[in-house]
Amino acid sequence: MTATPNPMSRASQIRLLCMLPALVFFAAFWLLPAATLIALPAEKGWETYLLVLTDARYLNSLLNTLWLSLATTLVTLVLGAAVGIYLARRRFRGRQALISLLTAPLAFPGVIVGFFVILIGGRQGTFASLTSSLGMGRMTFAYGVIGLFLAYLYFSLPRAIASYTAAAESMDPQLEEAARVLGATRWQITRDAWWPQLLPTTVACGAIVFATAMGAFGTAFTLSSQFEVVPITIYTEFTNYANFAVAASLSIALGLVTWGVLFLARLLSADASPAQ
Amino acid sequence: MKTSTPSRAPLLFFTTVGICLFMVAPVLVSVMAGLVNSYNRGLSSGLTLRWVQQVWDVYGSTVGASIGLALACVACTLLLGVPCAYGLARSRSRFARAFEELLLLPVAIPGLATALALILVYGNMTSLRQSFGFILIGHVIFTLPFMVRTVSAAFQRPDLLAIEEAARTLGAGFPQRFLGVLVPAVLPAIVAGMLMVFTLSIGEFNLTWMLHTPLTRTLPVGLADSYASMRIEVGSAYTLVFLIVILPVLWLLQALTTLIQKRYGT
Repeated sequence: MTATPNPMSRASQIRLLCMLPALVFFAAFWLLPAATLIALPAEKGWETYLLVLTDARYLNSLLNTLWLSLATTLVTLVLGAAVGIYLARRRFRGRQALISLLTAPLAFPGVIVGFFVILIGGRQGTFASLTSSLGMGRMTFAYGVIGLFLAYLYFSLPRAIASYTAAAESMDPQLEEAARVLGATRWQITRDAWWPQLLPTTVACGAIVFATAMGAFGTAFTLSSQFEVVPITIYTEFTNYANFAVAASLSIALGLVTWGVLFLARLLSADASPAQ
Repeated sequence: MKTSTPSRAPLLFFTTVGICLFMVAPVLVSVMAGLVNSYNRGLSSGLTLRWVQQVWDVYGSTVGASIGLALACVACTLLLGVPCAYGLARSRSRFARAFEELLLLPVAIPGLATALALILVYGNMTSLRQSFGFILIGHVIFTLPFMVRTVSAAFQRPDLLAIEEAARTLGAGFPQRFLGVLVPAVLPAIVAGMLMVFTLSIGEFNLTWMLHTPLTRTLPVGLADSYASMRIEVGSAYTLVFLIVILPVLWLLQALTTLIQKRYGT
């Protein structure tokens, strides 16, 4: 780097040198592979990139994933906000332990969450035993869209609970107090005092929950669900049919959706807090 | 903040109780299922450790492999990530900002896509493909941003600039300043980053399932295999083993995060 016409200052040389190992590693093991993946569908013709929109089967899988992720996000945000607000406003013994317990599943791989659903709602599950003892036969919900939805909810809720608890703890109590003194109803307090203060968390957390749900592979894999989602489609194309170009094309589409949603959320939260 | 009586927010109270049950009950059912003779007959069939024993016989190697892999991943993210975090924290250039953004991409896009990309380029290098090194590469790519962001935020504390400047005027060379002054000053953040990387690596499945071979299996890979091919009690016992490995690390991480918030504020 000393050969450049404008010799860098010693400090910036050190900075560059510090970043260099990570830069080389990242270029070799992510940038180059990602570029290869992005270029791959072109070998089968440009239309391969649009396969997810033009092929009915892939489009169906994408729409499945989109609406399942959207439903997961909405329900997670509502329930997570309720629990977060409750936990932030109460002081009781074992509160910290309860928060730890509720957020621990963040570290569980998706396969475990899928297994939990099988334990409860599978063929040998508690739910099946319950319905059979009630004379309704062994009912299951693990292998369809309900099982998948509950599993997605299970791995999304810890993140939402943690975010909303932190956000609700830093809410300004005077706003609510003022609203109450002015005679606001509980619904008005929720809408006018809580909601604006929780909006940044809702945007950020909602985006992460949605992106995670879109890309979740382990859960659907364990449940070997009858409801096909994009990660499973990609996996099947790649492993069972060795259809690399199609798998790459679907991966690009999925990556664009998750990255796009996260990017949009960051733009929105940058707008919301100009102080940053 | 003033606390109110439960009767004033019954909806929030019952939602919270319901969600606690929803989150905790499956874990308890799973722990029980791993320790009883028969899941169908429940606790009345008697407690046993034979499923745990069976897990240990069949999948015991995956526990060591996962812990070793996670430790190696922590070491790699330390060596690559801590200097990088310093460089990024001190750079104002557009190039540094762009690199920071790029580093986040492996987290923003599904692990499956990253794994496919790695296989496309390096899948033909047999000795790499068949070693744990291949999984390690995937894990480092995925966890590096967590280390870099955590440590970089700590390096940005304004008092550190003054301390570093003081050390420089006293004649300390860069390696001396870095290892003797800067790293100790951000140590809590580094440890938090290490624990975070460890938990992420231990539990990683999306990438790992694509990158593993029959001879390179990690704990989550073994879990998926046992869920598909073994009795439900064995799967439960295996899940219990995972919980025993992961929970102490999680508690450490939470204790440390609280400590950092108390000491430096948020």
